[in-house]
Amino acid sequence: MKTLFYVLQKEFIQVKRNKVMLRMIIMIPIVQMLVLVFAATYDLKNVNVFLVDQDLSSTSRKLASKIDASPFFTINNTSFNPEDGENEILNNRDDMVLVIPKDFERNLMREDKANLQLLVNAIDGQSAQIGYSYAASVIGGFNKDIIADWKGLPEFKPPYQINTVSRFWYNSELEYKWYMAPGVLALLVTLIGLNLSSTSLVKEKEDGTIEQLNVTPIRKIQFLAGKLIPFIVIALFDLSFGLFLARMVFNLPIVGNLGLVFGFGVLYLVGILGLGLFISTVADTQQQVMFVTFFFMMIFILMSGIFTPVESMPQWAQTIDQINPVYHFMRVLRMVVLKGSHFGDLIHEFVALSILGFTFLTLALKRYRKTA
Amino acid sequence: MKQFLGFLRKEFLHIFRDPRTMIIIFGIPVVQLMLFGKVISTDIQNAKIAILDQSHDNTTREISSKLLSSGYFVLGQELLPGDNVEDVFRQGKVKMIVTFGPEFEHNLERDGKADVQLLADASDPNTARILTNYASGIINDYVKKEKLQNIQLPDQINVEVRMLYNEGLKSVYMFVPGIMAMILMLISAMMTSISISKEKEMGTMEVLLASPLKPIQIVLGKVTPYLLLSFINALTIILLGVFVFGVPIKGSFLLLMGEAFLFILMALSLGILISTVAPNQMVAMFISLLGLMLPTILLSGFIFPIQNMPLPLRIVSNILPPRWFIVIIRNIMLKGTGIQYIWKETMVLIFMAFTFIALSIKNFKIRLE
Repeated sequence: MKTLFYVLQKEFIQVKRNKVMLRMIIMIPIVQMLVLVFAATYDLKNVNVFLVDQDLSSTSRKLASKIDASPFFTINNTSFNPEDGENEILNNRDDMVLVIPKDFERNLMREDKANLQLLVNAIDGQSAQIGYSYAASVIGGFNKDIIADWKGLPEFKPPYQINTVSRFWYNSELEYKWYMAPGVLALLVTLIGLNLSSTSLVKEKEDGTIEQLNVTPIRKIQFLAGKLIPFIVIALFDLSFGLFLARMVFNLPIVGNLGLVFGFGVLYLVGILGLGLFISTVADTQQQVMFVTFFFMMIFILMSGIFTPVESMPQWAQTIDQINPVYHFMRVLRMVVLKGSHFGDLIHEFVALSILGFTFLTLALKRYRKTA
Repeated sequence: MKQFLGFLRKEFLHIFRDPRTMIIIFGIPVVQLMLFGKVISTDIQNAKIAILDQSHDNTTREISSKLLSSGYFVLGQELLPGDNVEDVFRQGKVKMIVTFGPEFEHNLERDGKADVQLLADASDPNTARILTNYASGIINDYVKKEKLQNIQLPDQINVEVRMLYNEGLKSVYMFVPGIMAMILMLISAMMTSISISKEKEMGTMEVLLASPLKPIQIVLGKVTPYLLLSFINALTIILLGVFVFGVPIKGSFLLLMGEAFLFILMALSLGILISTVAPNQMVAMFISLLGLMLPTILLSGFIFPIQNMPLPLRIVSNILPPRWFIVIIRNIMLKGTGIQYIWKETMVLIFMAFTFIALSIKNFKIRLE
């Protein structure tokens, strides 16, 4: 027991002496919280629209100004020729072309029907869909305005109407940053933990001090604990720092029990760091460790549901996710922070993380040899 | 010349003797493509919902079955009036709850209107918004078809929309250029910088400099294997994208490879530059990962569209080489443009490559003193 205490003391002293590492521990949460959360957004800010107005009537001009007035669209250029519009898209200057054909106003007045054409750059399919739906609703609103103006009738009231009332729980403003912040926190904790732990182990190997440790009576588990515990503590410190930043910068509500967050954090980190240690026992060089870890973490992180929902993945991928510790921890973080879930709601994640943690740790323990 | 070739051979051997790293180098692009092509998706389907039906009449049953047969929704739980809504959300079992009040059909017939409540778990606001939109759409559709029998509403503006370059709205079209940028950065910039730093750290760089090899030959020798590996990887990604995921190459294949070559050169020079400032491998790795990979993934337009980012991030994005490369590749592959549309972006890459090379030469000379 005393040995463990001394080992931990040594590890903490080494971290304190490493100025670069200290700076990283403070800077990385800040950068991630500020950059990642703000960058990872699907909120549509602005779409550049090219207007092809072949009608040049007062109605078409009204429609154009309604679109331009919308906070989502900006009409930068207009022309008479639709090909100019396609050219603009090819030139990466605009992402949407609205074509108002000739006789638009006349058709609308005489036959109660008119056509519009919308060309959308669909390379980014999601943005294209969102942009199109906003455009459609602006045009729909314009449609209603015309009916009110011309026919002088109040809004057409159909005999049957089913109103759908939407209530958004836990995030009524639909603030995407609240969804991203716990995700980024999970990522942060993972990266810091893995990075610090593997760096420390590799440094010992290079300095030769690992040989010195190996000839002492230190037990394998004490040595590995020394490589895990300090970095779990530091990672959790970063987690709280990150949470604090999120609260300050975007008012992230913290609904659930923070004790649960930290408890699961420990369980999760034991698993991830155990995996990292296991990888460093099977690799020969630093480069290999880094690459193999990067490889696995990339897969785990992408599949964890941080950027895209797990429910959208094919069934086989969702099954694989059961052995992805990042996925489970991500769920825990989001559910506890945003919805205030209790431990009873998280039994599945607890069991999964426990099994994974135990497995990885045992693998690392078994593989590690005190002889070089 | 013979000296150079001998040196080159040594470099190649170094790389090929490390099978684990080789597997990873060739495995990463394949795995990434698979992930982004088949796994990562923003399409919402089979979302688990719960229905709280306090009426149990024909209309509510018809609407419920329309919702559940749409492919978007799956019944996660049948709710009873006494059940606590909070519990269901907190357990993460369903994403949305559809509520019909009592006497739904009766109200509809008598007053001409009735309400349906959609309670959405907005901890994931994007999904919540999409699900409520889908549900409203389906319900409105139901009203139009069943109750109104498609009465023609007056003054319809009909919008015909054409989705250009990607009618199927397949997200993999957007990702393939980004994956290429990322992999090329990884191999060309990061691995080059690590390789040169390693020699410096091991002390073998001094030995090399003491040999008859000129510094320029040393650098070229270090860089050439990674040039080759990157090129092979770029080709692999493009071929996989085309043949497995059906991503088109509408423009010139030659131009595509030419631009890829330019980007590789730029990334290699960046790798050399990093190695001149990094005293050892670890630092080189750090700089590459945090300073290159992370920004490449987040800010280059790879996954998240740049226009949606706040202004300071958009500015930062402009100094990232992958951002320009992605535009070029998307233009060539998906829009089918020739050089006349992308000459600006190409010039930016050329300029960056020259800058990095110039800086490296300056640094290198000083270091070797």
